[in-house]
Amino acid sequence: MNQHIPHTKEDIQQMLDKIGMKSLQELYSDVPADFLYKGEFDLPNAKSEEEIRRFFKQMASQNTRLTPFVGQGWYDHYTPSSIVALTSRSEFLTAYTPYQPEISQGTLRYIFEYQSMICELTGLEVSNASMYDGPTAAAEAARMAITSARKKDTILISSTLLPQVKEVVKTYARYAGTSIVEIAEEEGETSLASLKEALSTHAVAGAIVPTTNCYGIIENHSGFADAVHAVKALLIEYCDPSTLAVLKTPAEWGADIAVGDGQSLGIPLCFGGPTLGFMACSKEHLRKLPGRIVGATTDKEGKRCFVLTLQAREQHIRRDKATSNICSNESLMALWVTIYLSIMGPEGMKEVNEKSYAGAHYLYDELLHTGKFEKAYDKPFLKEFVLRPSKDIDIASLRKKLEEAGIFAAREVRKELVTFCVTEKRSKEEIDNLINIIKEA
Amino acid sequence: MKYYDKLIFDLSKEGRRGYSLPETGLTNHKMKEEVPSTLLRGSAPSLPQVSEVDVVRHYTNLSQMNFGVDTGFYPLGSCTMKYNPKINEEIASMPGFQEIHPLQPESTIQGIYSIYSEMEKMLSAITGMKYFTLNPCAGAHGELTGLMIMRSYHRNRGDFARTKVIVPDSAHGTNPASAAVCGLDVVVVKSNAEGLVDVDDLKPLLGPDLAGIMMTNPNTLGLFERDIKEIASLVHKAGGLLYYDGANMNPLMGVVRPGDMGFDIMHLNLHKTFSTPHGGGGPGSGPVGVAEFLKDCLPYPHVEEGEESNLLYAKGETPECAGMVSGHMGNFGIILRACAYILSIGRQHIGEVGYMATLNANYVKESLRDVYKLPIPSVCKHEFVFDGLINDGAREGKEGATTLDVAKRLLDFGFHAPTIYFPLLFHQALMIEPTETESKETLDAFIEVMHTIAAEAAEDSDILHAAPHNAPIGRPDDTTAAKHPIINYRDLKAEA
Repeated sequence: MNQHIPHTKEDIQQMLDKIGMKSLQELYSDVPADFLYKGEFDLPNAKSEEEIRRFFKQMASQNTRLTPFVGQGWYDHYTPSSIVALTSRSEFLTAYTPYQPEISQGTLRYIFEYQSMICELTGLEVSNASMYDGPTAAAEAARMAITSARKKDTILISSTLLPQVKEVVKTYARYAGTSIVEIAEEEGETSLASLKEALSTHAVAGAIVPTTNCYGIIENHSGFADAVHAVKALLIEYCDPSTLAVLKTPAEWGADIAVGDGQSLGIPLCFGGPTLGFMACSKEHLRKLPGRIVGATTDKEGKRCFVLTLQAREQHIRRDKATSNICSNESLMALWVTIYLSIMGPEGMKEVNEKSYAGAHYLYDELLHTGKFEKAYDKPFLKEFVLRPSKDIDIASLRKKLEEAGIFAAREVRKELVTFCVTEKRSKEEIDNLINIIKEA
Repeated sequence: MKYYDKLIFDLSKEGRRGYSLPETGLTNHKMKEEVPSTLLRGSAPSLPQVSEVDVVRHYTNLSQMNFGVDTGFYPLGSCTMKYNPKINEEIASMPGFQEIHPLQPESTIQGIYSIYSEMEKMLSAITGMKYFTLNPCAGAHGELTGLMIMRSYHRNRGDFARTKVIVPDSAHGTNPASAAVCGLDVVVVKSNAEGLVDVDDLKPLLGPDLAGIMMTNPNTLGLFERDIKEIASLVHKAGGLLYYDGANMNPLMGVVRPGDMGFDIMHLNLHKTFSTPHGGGGPGSGPVGVAEFLKDCLPYPHVEEGEESNLLYAKGETPECAGMVSGHMGNFGIILRACAYILSIGRQHIGEVGYMATLNANYVKESLRDVYKLPIPSVCKHEFVFDGLINDGAREGKEGATTLDVAKRLLDFGFHAPTIYFPLLFHQALMIEPTETESKETLDAFIEVMHTIAAEAAEDSDILHAAPHNAPIGRPDDTTAAKHPIINYRDLKAEA
């Protein structure tokens, strides 16, 4: 027997005796014989732990870890070591969804804390217990706007959203029969004029716009909420939650729903997953919100406790009438960001943003000084920005040179626009090294 | 487990901190001075201000109010709470995977692509499906992706009339919900007296508007749908596709392949069948497998072998594909864990999984049917369903013990409860799935406790009504929680 199966020969015999069967094959007597797989499974030989280690070390050695100077939805922020220690606790790690609240108060409490922190960051009153990732959260928000609006079939998406967000929103919309119309950009940010025009020509249920966009620009959404609300549509802000500690919140912009990816809250890059999506909304939309929600209550003796609540929205009760098919999803990652935000606190979050800002702007200035890049936009940005390579530089070979030096930078986002990103983890030496390579290129 | 009442916010003290960040020496640019104030938030978020030791003790205390597979037996039906080997965690935390940005150039991530490619091949070998996408992040996400593939297939053939999907009445709740999110109309097919899909009820539902049928086999009663061959043939003849909900794949591991039963599309739950931890409700992973003719419909990006170079690459969007279903390529960290698990099982032991899971379920079923109602007595697969107690202790002036009562009483004895009130076919459903990683000794202890509880119910059901007696909290007031939602710390403070 495999090491994960505890049955001895004697156990198996005793158990077969108990159920009145002569052989294990009899357990499958209800399966038509031609379905029983006769061949040998085309799988590798069983490996011992040491061989498994060796195999994955070998696989990992075929990757080259590059120092990231690119964000585009995945940001290399610092991970406090206490997170790793605490999320590895098997009471958290190996638990199921908290269906039995009496023995799941640990999970339920951290989800309540998570919801509270997402409310603090977004300024909105309600948060669910998480979604798969940012792009799917945006797709769910679009669905929520469509079901709230009734009889309206269009969602507007800004052209400045990250490409993966646009693609996932479009994919979900295609099957739901929802039309997607892209709002044009002007000078690197979502155009209010274009938004207004789209609102007047389509039956719009909601508009998704980024607080910080694919160029890293901090967008100015003055007038957006009024325009969107004038046609009784919902304003959905797509945000990087880390930056919300300092930037104007979705609530301050007048948004009804805020979504985004929690990866920037100390979750390792890990090739893009697992992360988590977050979703918050104003109170009036509470009962339309997809996903799990934890609420406070008391037990029979009046002790404060927490439960999964408002489950009448959910698929296991409502089946095809549910607000979504999503059920449990990234709970452990919700614990991850809850611990992150606890360790960082308001001061730490401010410092992360200030340091990222200072680093990114230092790099921006220096890159312009090299003469190899030109300004693309003159707009405020935080940790991520784009530049236009000068005519005389071969950007592909520059990228190759950087790659050879162990650096991931200058990824093309649009034709002739390349992106850079600096987080608080990038030291001045690392930034200077990048600048020097570019100077010499 | 002991009760601990704090929330992290309760521990906050102005000026305290738990983080440290490096000095970069870069001070030329200050956000506050350079970014227009219209783009900045009015006041800082009220996050807790706590030291590291506060955080560590707080979450350690919270963890001690939680029950996991490492704590004890977790016979939760349809959830496959098998043991999660520790080596999987070690592999997933290797820096060579953790520190890789998803958009890095392809030549620098060949090791990761190899894992995607190998994993896809191994899942194909196990299931008999030709190709897989590993991009969906969960089981329900896999269902949705599978249905998108189904719709793409019909659309690619120019057949736009197929908008109906058939779902058995015993199906997991996510099936009809996923179908609705995918823009399909759900039609329910009934179960017959034996708990299997009623083929006569199915026939009139088949027609030119049929996109497909979603089934799980064995079904949620733990019964093998032995008419599957006929069902597959009927559905295919009507132009529909067969979708397999892999939530119940565990008893088939190494014994039967869904691809051989006529299924065209399926999803797997790596967090069930492939031993990755449930994490208190995620992160999971829901790979979707398809038959050969559906390859073009897979979502993108998808790792493929290069035609000219021997480099692997991620294929992008095509007009035929189902679209993009998650931000990149799914939950890689979970895929790594499941990959390690399959390697530890290997070709030599894959067959043991299904057989031992099924043996364990039948052993528990046969050992308890003297005191719990067994509505369908035939041989089960990985799980089975009781319909409450045979003698629930109901008498003049005393309510009988319900399934909920049994579940809560189990907590007192150090076991997690089974799945309750699902499937919806029975009023007092108690759905038990032991999994193959539990020993006979563990099962015997559980059986003994289930007998004790049955005896208690018969004697005085009040003991059960009042359970649990020694959990950190008693039964919570769900009604007030839903009627008067308090769902964040500000609400809670306002109440106090």
